Amino acid sequence: MKIVVCVKQVPDTTEVKIDPKTNTLMRQGVPSIVNPHDKHALEMALSLRDQLGGSVTVLSMGPMQSQEALRECLAMGADHAVLLSDRAFGGADTLATSYTLAAGIRKIGEFDLIICGKQAIDGDTAQVGPEMAEHLGIPHITYASQVEAGTDGAPVRVHRDGEEGTEILEVKLPVLLTVTHYGDGPRLPVVKGIRRAFRAEVDVWSVNDVEVDRNVLGLKGSPTQVRRIFSPDKRCGCEMIPGDACAAASVVATKLRELRIIGVGS
Amino acid sequence: MDFKLTAEQEMLRKTVQEFAAKEVAPTAAQRDEDEQFSRDIYNKVGALGLTGIPFPEEYGGAGWDNLTYIIAVEELSRACASTGITFSASISLAAWPILAYGTPEQKKQFLTPLADGSKLGAFGLTESGAGTDAAAQQTIATADGDNYILNGVKTFITNGGEAEIYVIMAMTDRSKGTRGISAFIVEKDTPGFTFGAVERKMGIRASATQELIFRDCRIPKTNLLGREGDGFKIAMATLDGGRIGVAAQALGIAQRALDEAVKYAKERRQFGKPISSFQGISFMLADMATQVEAARLLTYRAAYQKDQGQPYSKEAAMAKMFASDAAMQVTTNAVQVFGGYGYSREYPVERLMRDAKITQIYEGTNQVQQMVVSAAILR
Amino acid sequence: MKINSELCSGCGACAAACPFGALVIKGNKAEKTDACTDCGACASACSFEAIQAGSGTDNGGDAHDLNSYKGVWVYLELKDRQLRGVALELLAQGRKLADEMGQELAGVLLGDNVADLANEVFANGADRLYLVEDPCYGRYDADQYTAAMTELINTYRPAVILLGATHNGRDLAPRVAARIKTGLTADCTGLSIDAETGLVAWTRPAFGGNIMATILCPNHRPQMGTVRPRVFKRAEPDCGRTGTIVRAKTKATTSRVKWIKSIKSLKESVNLEDAEIIVAGGRGMGKPESFALVSELAELLGGAVGASRAVVDAGWMPADHQVGQTGKTVAPRVYIACGISGAIQHLAGMQGSDVIVAINRDASAPIFTVAHYGIVGDVNEVLPALINEIRCATA
Repeated sequence: MKIVVCVKQVPDTTEVKIDPKTNTLMRQGVPSIVNPHDKHALEMALSLRDQLGGSVTVLSMGPMQSQEALRECLAMGADHAVLLSDRAFGGADTLATSYTLAAGIRKIGEFDLIICGKQAIDGDTAQVGPEMAEHLGIPHITYASQVEAGTDGAPVRVHRDGEEGTEILEVKLPVLLTVTHYGDGPRLPVVKGIRRAFRAEVDVWSVNDVEVDRNVLGLKGSPTQVRRIFSPDKRCGCEMIPGDACAAASVVATKLRELRIIGVGS
Repeated sequence: MDFKLTAEQEMLRKTVQEFAAKEVAPTAAQRDEDEQFSRDIYNKVGALGLTGIPFPEEYGGAGWDNLTYIIAVEELSRACASTGITFSASISLAAWPILAYGTPEQKKQFLTPLADGSKLGAFGLTESGAGTDAAAQQTIATADGDNYILNGVKTFITNGGEAEIYVIMAMTDRSKGTRGISAFIVEKDTPGFTFGAVERKMGIRASATQELIFRDCRIPKTNLLGREGDGFKIAMATLDGGRIGVAAQALGIAQRALDEAVKYAKERRQFGKPISSFQGISFMLADMATQVEAARLLTYRAAYQKDQGQPYSKEAAMAKMFASDAAMQVTTNAVQVFGGYGYSREYPVERLMRDAKITQIYEGTNQVQQMVVSAAILR
Repeated sequence: MKINSELCSGCGACAAACPFGALVIKGNKAEKTDACTDCGACASACSFEAIQAGSGTDNGGDAHDLNSYKGVWVYLELKDRQLRGVALELLAQGRKLADEMGQELAGVLLGDNVADLANEVFANGADRLYLVEDPCYGRYDADQYTAAMTELINTYRPAVILLGATHNGRDLAPRVAARIKTGLTADCTGLSIDAETGLVAWTRPAFGGNIMATILCPNHRPQMGTVRPRVFKRAEPDCGRTGTIVRAKTKATTSRVKWIKSIKSLKESVNLEDAEIIVAGGRGMGKPESFALVSELAELLGGAVGASRAVVDAGWMPADHQVGQTGKTVAPRVYIACGISGAIQHLAGMQGSDVIVAINRDASAPIFTVAHYGIVGDVNEVLPALINEIRCATA
């Protein structure tokens, strides 16, 4: 199976802080990581390849620094890595980003499966995956948690998680999946994988290497624009309940009764 | 002089940290409490490829360097000192002498499984009457046709009882003094090779420490490592490298103690403030941090020197001596920062302090290290 | 966005505040890179007034053509043949937007035999209902629903479309937006009309919840957005209200995805998004075994069990219990946070809860900045005491 996994290098937003004096983002010193959902997507791809044979290519769009993220994916076991990097791609919203990635995939060539993380932890939109599928004219399934592949050419079964439970869907390849969590989580790179990754070439493609309409790239090709960035409101005034565990528990139980959560005959 | 590690080494460090957090740290306190050695954890260390880091690819290794291996020892020890020493004893003390002195057949048969992690190794030099006076070997190896017959008892052997491959020092010619000691490779389950008392230790309680008993133990002549009479030289050279491993273990323990103390000092409030805002505490933490940094630089420098093919005996001794003393001081102060809670087994620092002590003692007591360093500088 | 290099001191505050990493300091002066989106965060952070925020990019679209799009649409998602809560919330909010814009509010309903829902749609504020009925819409399917929505949009040309940021809403909206080639804003928590431009201002959390961004879609139509459930309140239904039903016909299409079957959740208690009460545990619980206390309390209160990302990553709880920016977003009546420190991405997932009770050993834990009631103590002491109190209270 030929699988392409889209990954993004993102700042570790769990480490980002807000400057309390100016109420602005403090991005300095925040480590860059592979978007966690993308690692789960990669793990799904690697598991399928280990099971069925084939290859896994990781694709990213970003500045040259994104090569670090791609190397980590190679260390985990991906076979090839491609980076789309060019000034022309910069400032893109999800429509322009998905368009660019789709162009990259067309250049990669034949594929059976595209797997993306559901959302990036900086943009948090969860839109690029389905939009890519639309640009490529292939079906998509979001919230995929499991894939069962049959023999050559047979349709695959995908488990899709919903609010009320899981559905099982059947679709012929090629298809694009988006993933939040997969199995026990992404594998750690093994030592030999790390050595291989640092000896491998990451293909870097500029705007001239892909077939695109320049008017739909980057900031120019983005229908949505950011009007304003601000810090979320801070709520004030938490009522601290004093006393030891029993005293505090008693107060909470009273509050729950007042809210009619308990003592209303369930 | 570039003090930075390569991006590749940083990825290795990060990988070992994640591995240790998931597979080693969660059970460390319980394994210490139960004095339980975990072969399962060692198998996972092997599966990750850590056991092969400093060995050539042709023997199942990664063809990488000693500094990278030392980083792995440090990060494993940070989570669990017992796991750290299990790993470094197998790699530095058992696998390395086979790499350095073994025949191609011996390397293929014994080094490969140690490098790929499928087997565990141990090193048998110490005896009840031969600690610092390592040359006072009572274990003898008598030549007999195509074999040697071993007789004697080794004590305080790390990985004893669990390891499959042992590098054993024994006397082949008493009349020659240290030149009469030879090194042998002995496998577990060889008739005449049994295990004795299990040591009940103050610290590194999840590491296996046991007596080795040789009674008319017959091994093939092809298991002689190096030539007859090379044993003492092999042992000393092996310990030089092992010392860097112990320094890295001590460094890992010290770093962990520092991290725990800093975290606690920021959370614990007395007199309406976090205790980190009191100079009595913050100055202590500053000193601890400085000691850890210094230990790191000495340890990495010794490993670097070994990688460069330069003599490293003095640097290794300095690193081991300094890092182990630093670990002892840093862990003691960490317990102090925690106050009463530091003394309780519910918190990790008392274990760190118990674990740190042995690093000042094994693989050459710090007094032996002083002898090595003074000999080097007074030459 | 322009930087006045004479006023620039090279302090780097702008670079630190940029969510896109689009500013670098070179030769002690700030410079922008091509990652810049003109969001203006840097201008706010600069104390030397050296940055002039941009006024937006002209990126195509015909002004006359844009004004011909009229009406606010709400996509009406169904659950078990009933309107989902979020659909009603969006009708209420959509009504306010429509009134401000001086335009009509319409609901869009795709389904099989669902015409009986029309009254509820009008009672909740819609002027018009686009009703598309066919067995092929009996169950959500991306291909079918995208084709239908696209046809409706191309025929009736709405100015704005609101969808719930549910699993299906976030599946459908981007596919439609890409087919129409318009702008889509995800997971909004704030909606208003921008006074200057008359455009919808979509406000949403980003960066793991660390910042809020307000987005506009100036030159493309319809302006689309998915909206987070349980953020807006539904209106009091006015059963006397009536409206126009437009029975729209759509071209038949085949779907490339075949539904095989549904596996219901083994435990209803994992349905966090709809839960009224959630008891959640974090790493402060100490060890996985202590989670039994969290489950016990949840069960006693008839609620669901939540977990922080830390405990899911540590393997103490399965991922479908995770609450947070990358887990589930919840807004129950009561959220009890046990041993959760309150990292920003966790707060982003639960701070909309009506009443938050937090228990943590550390008085400076960020969870207390959003909690309504806080207890500084050991969860392993407080929870058993609370469980005991509640047992006595309900005995």
